[in-house]
Amino acid sequence: MGVIREFIKGLRVTGGTMLRTITGEELVTTEYPKEMRQKPPRFHGRHVLNRYPDGMEKCIGCELCAGVCPAKCIFVRGMDNDPENPTSPGERFGFVYEINMLRCIFCALCVEACPTEAITMTHLFEMSTTNREDAIYTRETLLMDEKGGVPHMFPDDELADMDELAVADGWVKATAPSGMTSYQGVKMWQGTPGPGDWDPEPGQSELDARSPTEDDDG
Amino acid sequence: MSWPEFGIIAFRVVVTFVLLLVVTVINVWAERKILADMQSRIGPSRAGPWGILQTVADGLKLFFKESVIPRKVELGMYLLAPFLAIIPAFLIFMMVPWGKPFMIGDHEVALQGADLNIGLLFILAMSSMAVYGVVLAGWSSGSKYPLLGAVRATAQAISYEAAMGLAMVAVVVFTATQGEGGTLSMAEIVERQTGTWGDISPVLSFVPRWNLFPQFAAFAIFLVAIVAETNRAPFDLVEAEQELVGGFHTEYSGMRFAMFFLAEYVNIFSMSAIAATLFLGGWAGPTFEGSLPGLISGSLPTIYFLIKTYAIVFIFFWLRATLPRLRYDQLMTLGWKRLIPAALTWLVISTVAIGFRQFGAPWS
Ligand code: SF4
Ligand code: SF4
Repeated sequence: MGVIREFIKGLRVTGGTMLRTITGEELVTTEYPKEMRQKPPRFHGRHVLNRYPDGMEKCIGCELCAGVCPAKCIFVRGMDNDPENPTSPGERFGFVYEINMLRCIFCALCVEACPTEAITMTHLFEMSTTNREDAIYTRETLLMDEKGGVPHMFPDDELADMDELAVADGWVKATAPSGMTSYQGVKMWQGTPGPGDWDPEPGQSELDARSPTEDDDG
Repeated sequence: MSWPEFGIIAFRVVVTFVLLLVVTVINVWAERKILADMQSRIGPSRAGPWGILQTVADGLKLFFKESVIPRKVELGMYLLAPFLAIIPAFLIFMMVPWGKPFMIGDHEVALQGADLNIGLLFILAMSSMAVYGVVLAGWSSGSKYPLLGAVRATAQAISYEAAMGLAMVAVVVFTATQGEGGTLSMAEIVERQTGTWGDISPVLSFVPRWNLFPQFAAFAIFLVAIVAETNRAPFDLVEAEQELVGGFHTEYSGMRFAMFFLAEYVNIFSMSAIAATLFLGGWAGPTFEGSLPGLISGSLPTIYFLIKTYAIVFIFFWLRATLPRLRYDQLMTLGWKRLIPAALTWLVISTVAIGFRQFGAPWS
């Protein structure tokens, strides 16, 4: 008879869930395009190429991102800056910059590799296209304009949400450039477009962090 | 046959058919919606209000899709199998009375596809025929997963049909005591369940005269057997996605797949309708004739029938959301070692009890 008791127990679970879902108490999904959810702060979305506040491009064309990319989907070619009218503060700048979004796995290793925090990620993920060419994002689409706005591939689309492009992914802020874990949660710099500062995520605390001069060499 | 009679028969068949198609479309949607609710999801919500046209949209999509025919199929059988699955499914429902007969002039219109005097036997025969659709589909596909699904279907259908038939026999034996002689006609079985148990004891005069109460064990056995018979979870080994891709319909696509799909849902509804007819009194229920307008009291029986049937259909969905699939040996154990002995025992007990009531104890 134990079987029957377990059987009724199971029926009660599903039946109860059904009643609670109908009243909306336990409903966990949303009607997606009508109702967008707040994404977690570290969400890995579309990339963006940043600029310094003075308008200079951050990318120095070093190709580290292309080298680290596990999907081999970044193509970068650097070019010497014109000394009279430099594009970036370094010697060179990213002259060609392409990301093939069909191959990208959104691992953010490129973000981690970049020495100047030139490439970061945003919260935009609606990137489907009807054409493979459109999935290759070029320098024009990735690079933010001088005021910090980021171009959208399909600005007229009903799903296009410009705000998502203005939200930086949390990784940049969550890890210190030195890579020391004791700095997790300490906001060392803000290298991305995006409004305001964020609170540390659950489990991270600014109080735990030690100062960089202590005996921790990563 | 005179013209009015022909017209009435055509009307009965067409209306029954349309009713079946409409409820099937609603059933597919209802299952998805109920499963979604049981899993804290929203479920179909796009096509039409509450997504109720989702099935229509899916049906149209399947209709316009390419029906791929793999190279290694046995072509004749492969093309025939979907029809073998769907025609018995429709024929079964033709036996079910889904409303109270009414009169037009001096012709009686029974709301039932056809009232055979061997209705129950016909149902058993057709539900066995339906297995051929599955078996031939699996065999003719020329591929291993469909074949495995087909082999499972054969064994499963044989094991559970026995229990189902024995549960039906108990009902038939009992029904024979409720009126003039025995009957296998579905319409007659419903007629004999109208009214209440008031004649046994005045306390019971509010309890409907359903076979469920004297035959509760047969009802439980029948429920388990029809779930297995329609290859539904937790007995869906025939099309176990995780093991057999799609089971017997793996190699079917487009409209041919849609026919198997439709047959499955038609079967769920017809089997629930049969359970409702045999045990819950079919359309029987208070109609308040005289105190309500004729149209309303005339359609109340159909509403009772639908409510009863949907209660059982809901059990199908509930089980699917709750139970994991049985292992194959568990399926066979449940069928042969539990259900069939239980059905036989119940048949003996209920027959003996009926005999005592009819003829008195043999030693007295
Ligand atoms: S997120 Fe990962 S896969 Fe995508 S471009 Fe960057 S390194 Fe390559
Ligand atoms: S984005 Fe960063 S890593 Fe990539 S080329 Fe530019 S500076 Fe180098």
